Amino acid sequence: MKILALDSSGMTASVAVAEDEKLLAEYSVNYKKTHSQTLLPMLKEIADMIELDLNTVDAIAVAGGPGSFTGLRIGSATAKGLGLALKKPLVHVPTLEGMACNLFGTDRLICPMMDARRDQVYTGIYEYQDGTLAVLEDQMAVSVEEIAEKLNRYGRAVILLGDGAAAYQETLAKLLNVSWKMAPANLNRQHGAAVAVRAMDYIRMGKTETAMEHQPDYLRVSQAERERSERFGKQKEQQNDIR
Amino acid sequence: MENQIKEQKKDLLILAIESSCDETAASVVKNGREVLSNIISSQIALHTLYGGVVPEIASRKHIEKINQVIEEALKEADVTLDEIDAIGVTYGPGLVGALLVGVAEAKAISFARNIPLVGVHHIEGHISANFIENKMLEPPFACLVVSGGHTHLVAVKDYGEYEILGRTRDDAAGEAFDKVARAIGLGYPGGPKIDKISKEGNPDAIVFPRAKVAEAQYDFSFSGLKSAVLNYINGCQMKGEKIITADVAASFQKAVVDVLVEHAMRAAKEFGFQKLAIAGGVASNSSLRQAMEEACRENKIEFYHPSPILCTDNAAMIGAAAYYEFLKGTRSGLNLNAVPNLKLGER
Repeated sequence: MKILALDSSGMTASVAVAEDEKLLAEYSVNYKKTHSQTLLPMLKEIADMIELDLNTVDAIAVAGGPGSFTGLRIGSATAKGLGLALKKPLVHVPTLEGMACNLFGTDRLICPMMDARRDQVYTGIYEYQDGTLAVLEDQMAVSVEEIAEKLNRYGRAVILLGDGAAAYQETLAKLLNVSWKMAPANLNRQHGAAVAVRAMDYIRMGKTETAMEHQPDYLRVSQAERERSERFGKQKEQQNDIR
Repeated sequence: MENQIKEQKKDLLILAIESSCDETAASVVKNGREVLSNIISSQIALHTLYGGVVPEIASRKHIEKINQVIEEALKEADVTLDEIDAIGVTYGPGLVGALLVGVAEAKAISFARNIPLVGVHHIEGHISANFIENKMLEPPFACLVVSGGHTHLVAVKDYGEYEILGRTRDDAAGEAFDKVARAIGLGYPGGPKIDKISKEGNPDAIVFPRAKVAEAQYDFSFSGLKSAVLNYINGCQMKGEKIITADVAASFQKAVVDVLVEHAMRAAKEFGFQKLAIAGGVASNSSLRQAMEEACRENKIEFYHPSPILCTDNAAMIGAAAYYEFLKGTRSGLNLNAVPNLKLGER
């Protein structure tokens, strides 16, 4: 099974091609956010290097969110275009599950965090059970306080990773009363290879989608929608007050 | 020799993609002028809730619809990607998040199938919409591009060769329509609504200003006109006078149309253009069409305009523009980026 995987959900852009137990190529860049200009040239570069015949790819995997809205759409539109052109299925890998796959083998909890701005992180809680990634807390957008509280409730040692963990490290140090470690540089950001590995789990579970069906999972509504529903909420409250 | 002739006779098929604002569109165009399919998924109803286009919502809708729109375009044209000679895609100007969806999708298809890619300027697309229904139209001609985001008076010197004679200094013509429509309670999108209600109003009821830009005789300014309309409405409200919406709309529309026609005619005469075209969403305004047609007739200038479906944002016009760019040898790389403020004639 050959998987072409993309992740452009955050500052890191990463592309990879994996075949069964073998990683054929991976190209990751964590330098300025210019994914719209770099993602496809990166893909072309590795495809040329491994003399990849795109028709031999079984599925296109993409980190489907959460993440930067624009970054997600660059990844998704690229995956959708590849899927359409090659007539291949897509695998939507939740971004944080892909990141958790960086830490195979640990018996600690795994908690990737992406900086979601507005004092929030996109995060989830995972662990390896018998060599398989298990989702303990599905990915969500929450405050740093909230995720720290959840981790404290588990009362178990944890490994943190992601740019959210880095951004809020001081706050986390104060809030966490469980043993925690930051993952090192080779494991603490998005990796196309990890997306590919997680995609294989999804394929085994029969969870693929068509290129037409695929769309990112933002975990958040747009600002305009949020403000609009807040306005309506207030109006309703006022109406209730009047009554 | 025979091969060469065959080569020359071969039809060129362009798959075009457009996602610069609130329409997700794809089209297959043959030889730059024959539209085999023109699929448009409009989001207008969605944005009406917010009184205008919300960029994030537009971008989300694009990614939802884009594959469906492309597949429909191929199916309706009864072609496969194997037969497509080039992919044309709008890469600016427009909303960056919206543009990026089309650009990333087009690049992925281009890469996966090794099909040449041609990045197209959105305004170049609007201008080229005129080629589709007017098979004999060839440059040089003057073109007035008027839409919600653009007001340009352009000299089309040759295919893909433009000189901007005038542009708006503030609001685009269509933007002025939207803002005035909102002020007089007509809602979004303003253009069609003002056009419709104006038919019942008196265009000479109120005299609104026709702005001139002192040092640039072909430039436009509509923000003063918009303010004049708002002041008029406020004044009526303060005096407790009844506002006749149809009269305000008709008088406002006439002020816009007068300026557009006057500028276009002056430019056509000064630069000696025998042909004049209009393009963009506002080009389907019935009053503008009528006034421009009359002025052209008086001045013995041939007048061209696309059907309403080709005035609004669509991909067929991008296909027409991409065809001529393709013939000129224009090719875009896999690093093509969305350029939200792309200038006409720049790459």
